[in-house]
Amino acid sequence: MAQPILSLRSINKSFGPVHVLRDVNLDVYPGEVTALVGDNGAGKSTLIKCIAGIYTPDSGQYLFDNNEVQVHGPRDATALGIEVVYQDLALCDNLDIVHNMFLGREQKKGMVLDESAMEVMARKTLDGLSVRTVKSIRQTVSSLSGGQRQTVAIARAVLWNNKVVILDEPTAALGVSQTEQVLHLVRRLADSGIGVILISHNLNDVFEVADNIAALYLGQMAAQVRKADVTSNQVIELITTGKSAGVASIGANS
Amino acid sequence: MSTEVEVNVHPLKGAAQDYWSRIKSGDIGALPAVLGLLVLCAVFSVMQDSFLTPGNFANLLTQAAAVIVIAMGLVFVLLLGEIDLSAGYSSGVCGAVLVILVTNHNFKWWIAFPISIVVGIALGLFIGWLVSFLGIPSFVVTLATFLAFQGLLLLLAGEGGTIRMEDPTVLSVENSNMNVSISWIFYLACGALYVLSGLRRVYARRKVGLKTELMQLWVLKTVGLLGVTGIAVYALNLERSNNPQLVSLKGIPYVVPVILFLLVVGTFVLNRTAFGRHLYAVGGNAEAARRSGINVKWVRISAFIICSALSAVAGLIFASRQNSVSPTTGGSSTLLYAVGAAVIGGTSLFGGKGKMRDAILGGLVVAVIDNGMGLLGYAAGIKFIVTGLVLLISASVDAISRKGGGS
Repeated sequence: MAQPILSLRSINKSFGPVHVLRDVNLDVYPGEVTALVGDNGAGKSTLIKCIAGIYTPDSGQYLFDNNEVQVHGPRDATALGIEVVYQDLALCDNLDIVHNMFLGREQKKGMVLDESAMEVMARKTLDGLSVRTVKSIRQTVSSLSGGQRQTVAIARAVLWNNKVVILDEPTAALGVSQTEQVLHLVRRLADSGIGVILISHNLNDVFEVADNIAALYLGQMAAQVRKADVTSNQVIELITTGKSAGVASIGANS
Repeated sequence: MSTEVEVNVHPLKGAAQDYWSRIKSGDIGALPAVLGLLVLCAVFSVMQDSFLTPGNFANLLTQAAAVIVIAMGLVFVLLLGEIDLSAGYSSGVCGAVLVILVTNHNFKWWIAFPISIVVGIALGLFIGWLVSFLGIPSFVVTLATFLAFQGLLLLLAGEGGTIRMEDPTVLSVENSNMNVSISWIFYLACGALYVLSGLRRVYARRKVGLKTELMQLWVLKTVGLLGVTGIAVYALNLERSNNPQLVSLKGIPYVVPVILFLLVVGTFVLNRTAFGRHLYAVGGNAEAARRSGINVKWVRISAFIICSALSAVAGLIFASRQNSVSPTTGGSSTLLYAVGAAVIGGTSLFGGKGKMRDAILGGLVVAVIDNGMGLLGYAAGIKFIVTGLVLLISASVDAISRKGGGS
């Protein structure tokens, strides 16, 4: 198997007396979708925020491309090529798709915005993800459906040649067909060589797109398993009890 | 969602359908202001012969000028979903600084004017700092500065109450006109620049293979705009003096190029620079802007600074129009007219939507109401009520269209 692009080793994080993450290991492989599952309060969000640099772990190793790195803020994570697409998407409704994709990172010619270059790059990125659902990339985000917004947010994360993209519940608010579209997009994202971390409550989604599944239970990594090696019931067991008979963990968790 | 563009629809018809669907979804743009302007002008022309005369038209422009400039500044603040209630008195204070320097201290206008703008910037910095760093709602901050600036103006105007402005350059802004041939040359030069910049944009997009606006539509819009402004220039170039032998009065008032300059610069900043884009972003979704690495606090402060600096320009226009500055300069209905102008023009009170041209269109609507009803002999009370109602109507249009588009 390929080398993981991102590895966490024995990550611990406490907030005051609450020990939220205990010796958590996680491996994210390039070109694969790693689903991060767990019940409410299992520590999924905290783990993601540690990866994104919003929280600094109390102890543990953060390996990126096999090198140990120090991530002390969101900027450090961004510099490594890690991008998070949060659940609320953080799009500006009053701006068009191109503007949103380049928000805060506008391309300029001198002091003037280089609209043509941005539009060409945005188009290329969307085409690269085989996005065919948006009529014009010059329409405002307010006119888009939930699935299309998710698409724009994901495309924005891809635009900057990121190596790891973290998706926080991308299908939570979507209907059936839009969920399908977004899951296809997630798959294509991984197929293009990016390491994708997918947080989801929906095991159907997880089993549809994930290559491996990491289950958190009360702040501990219950297991990180290949999807092919487990059944849905075993994953539910991992989520609810933290263990399941006959589950073979991969990577550092084995 | 996956829409195939129908090939058999005539392109112009397709564009019209697009426009109609945009209007239905709440993106109404300048439509209400333009329609309102046409209806108001038609009604006043029928009811009062002296309304549709070159003299009154020129008068209307100079009446509207100061309110338009303040409204232009307010657009920046309204874009963020904030408000500056003290913009009127900022212009009074800055105008007073200008007049005191020129009249009492014999400064040249071109030294005094930049100083008054610096004063405006300082006022804006103060307001912006309170809003941005202390987090006081701008409504409260500027309500306080509204009163404080009024007091400042009273102190500056002093015992006499009125300070005369005698500098000929400042006075000429509102009281003199370009001569007829210069007016036409000015019109042609602006028109040529407008057409050239439009063509350049189309060419630049074509070069990299991007879709461009429909050429027929662009030609139609450009011809329409140049036609209307051409008629306006023609009307301004007619003799409008009651006694042409004694004193001739024709040409474009000097305040028009001043406003045009502010329009071009302001539009450039809003549409073509990263700063302008960040203004829209903060107004649309401040949290998204912050996460994208935009310095939201700095964007807020600079919007207030721009607003107050433009108020200082309006202060000069007031000083020019009234030949003086008094404790009521920039007071009474000025601020509400300016907010009204921006909102009537299509700028949203909820932030994230607005253009420089809104200030001009809305400012003209407000001035036409004021001017037309004045000519018809209505009392000031009625004028205020009608203007207030128009503001309420446009705010309702704003709120309703926001609901329609926010799905």
